[in-house]
Amino acid sequence: MDDFAKPQKPMFQKSEKKSRVKSLLTLVLIALVFIAPFVFQGFGQIFMVRVLAVVGLYIILALGLNIVVGYAGLLDFGHIAFYAVGAYVAMIVGTPVAKLLGSTFGGLSYFIALPVGGLVAAFVGLLLGLPVLRLRGDYLAIVTLAFGEIVRICLTNNIFGITNGASGLPAAGHALPDPFGLAWLKLHTYFTIGDNFVFTFTSNVYWYIIIVVLILVAIVVVRRQDDSRLGRSWAALREDDVAASAMGVDLTKAKLYAFALGAFWGGIAGVTFSYFQAFVSPESFTFLESSLVLAIVIIGGMGSIPGVLVGALVIQGIPEFIRGIASSGLLDSVGIHLTAEKISEVSSYRMLILGALMVVMMAVRPEGILPSKRLARELHPVKAEPVVEGPSEELDDDMLEKQ
Amino acid sequence: MNILIQQLVNGVTLGGMYALIALGYTLVYGILLMINFAHSEMFMAGAYFGLFTLLFFTNGTIIGKVTSAAPWMSWLKPASVFFTGSTLGLIFLFIIVFAVTFILTGLLGMLTERLAYRPLRNAPRLAPLISAIGVSIFLQNAVLLWIDSKPIAFPSLFPIKNFGYGINSLKIFIVVTSIVLLAILDTFVSKTRIGKAMRATSQDREAAGLMGIDSDFIISLTFFIGPALGGIAGVFSGMYYGQIIFSMGFFPGIKAFTAAVLGGIGNLRGAMLGGFVLGIVESLGAGFISTGYKDVIAFVILIIVLVFRPGGLLGESVVEKV
Repeated sequence: MDDFAKPQKPMFQKSEKKSRVKSLLTLVLIALVFIAPFVFQGFGQIFMVRVLAVVGLYIILALGLNIVVGYAGLLDFGHIAFYAVGAYVAMIVGTPVAKLLGSTFGGLSYFIALPVGGLVAAFVGLLLGLPVLRLRGDYLAIVTLAFGEIVRICLTNNIFGITNGASGLPAAGHALPDPFGLAWLKLHTYFTIGDNFVFTFTSNVYWYIIIVVLILVAIVVVRRQDDSRLGRSWAALREDDVAASAMGVDLTKAKLYAFALGAFWGGIAGVTFSYFQAFVSPESFTFLESSLVLAIVIIGGMGSIPGVLVGALVIQGIPEFIRGIASSGLLDSVGIHLTAEKISEVSSYRMLILGALMVVMMAVRPEGILPSKRLARELHPVKAEPVVEGPSEELDDDMLEKQ
Repeated sequence: MNILIQQLVNGVTLGGMYALIALGYTLVYGILLMINFAHSEMFMAGAYFGLFTLLFFTNGTIIGKVTSAAPWMSWLKPASVFFTGSTLGLIFLFIIVFAVTFILTGLLGMLTERLAYRPLRNAPRLAPLISAIGVSIFLQNAVLLWIDSKPIAFPSLFPIKNFGYGINSLKIFIVVTSIVLLAILDTFVSKTRIGKAMRATSQDREAAGLMGIDSDFIISLTFFIGPALGGIAGVFSGMYYGQIIFSMGFFPGIKAFTAAVLGGIGNLRGAMLGGFVLGIVESLGAGFISTGYKDVIAFVILIIVLVFRPGGLLGESVVEKV
């Protein structure tokens, strides 16, 4: 008991100091994130803004999946289905709403499609959650995978006649409107610094900022959830569902909330993706994408928000960056010319390395790059050892007492 | 009626392949309680091994890059004449192709077990599953990058003779060979000493170890037999569809897993039965409901079985251990 109590106080003081430094660092980081698109756009590196925006979308997706996998410990291989649902809802709802609002306010349709897409995705998440309540571990993984594929196949087969099959949306004449205020911003936010820095407000910058705001909101919401009663019931469910249930945790509720809330962020990311790309097709929602998002969560560190950020930067950011540089023609000035074939090879090499990384990571550092403390302790065999030895020592004591 | 019989024939053929792949899932699950996600890639690798063996002995080519024009390959010319010249030669050729595929895919399976799963023997159950996905992604992209990203034609050397109702010699060959292989495996597991050791290991690895069974050897063997059979199914698939591609393993893999679950995972005969049932249901669904949704049928069956009867058709009801 004493051993446990002693280090508690200094640790707390230290962490208070640390947390002040930490929050300062966070503020600086957020500021940098907001300044970044202006700098890149100003210097004409438009592809970088796009790369960062795509990474941002994956961060939102992974934050959602992190709720299901990292917090609640439910393995979900079909997360991309919610992204698909959000994206298609945006296309299907956004276009008529934009028409209804007219040309002046049509750009607002995104802000209507956003909650609708999120809620529909959450509802679909509930639909998935209900039948799989009793399943655990790898069975759950397979069923969610099957679910993701069912959604994709239904989209490809033009289900209800609204998804336009494999050729995707928008169908001819149904394009989504420009986002609200972009035209105004384009006209009024134009400045130059010297000869090399020319900034215009493009749609890339617009979506980048929207995505960053969404990420910040998601992080705040997800963190508060994790600290709530619900978050603690997820942790209990993850660690030992039988014990949790015996302690009065409502497993059904915890699981359904996890699926619905995880799916919600998937839907939000999907809506934004739809407006950002102005095009969706079933090809964007394959199992491979699901495993990429899962890889972000796992390699970044399950149950950890900084882990998700780092994971998305490593897994989605680096290859997109390489591809962006290659296709922007920047390397031509250095004398390296990459053909389109070589560029697509880059993404295959990414997957190859990713596959190997997943294997190595599981053997060496199963808790990920920046893990949550609790999961690290659970997953890392070295730190787990004393826990395993604990009972046997107690047993020895008992035996000694008996003697 | 005609369509019904045709679809039944297609279903049984497909079922034979599913059953062969499903055995790999069931064998591994029975012993390690893990889903070998990379098993679908064993099926794919088997198809490529088969293709290369076939090309090697008939054209004297290696992956389309080295041809028999190279002087050191010239010894292959008379061999290829023999193999493609007569019926006897063809029989020998197919025996060699299947044997080489069996061995190479089996070794690949053992290699993945040694590298990716063995270090995780005592890790939480999530770890080997993720590692397996990693292996799967790695193998697919290795083939994509280093062999070909486009479909490769699988030479149709097998003499195809039609018997009406969609029955042909190739389908008969596939079904008969599958059934023979299944019967051999069933006998091997139920009658031989090693088979007994496998069953013991799957019941209780620790206790089996105490009885003097080398569980590492048994696990290696399991990872040889499962992928080897999956590889054979891969060659069948190449012969049946006439082409192979790096991503060919995904759907058959998931469906074979469905078959294994349908029959009761861990249960060998269940996996065989599940394979045939799934193949037939899927073919009938494709013929009478919709070809576009034929993949959905398998997935819906999977979900229904897992939710309502997780033990499968032949499995015992699973008791949750706390």
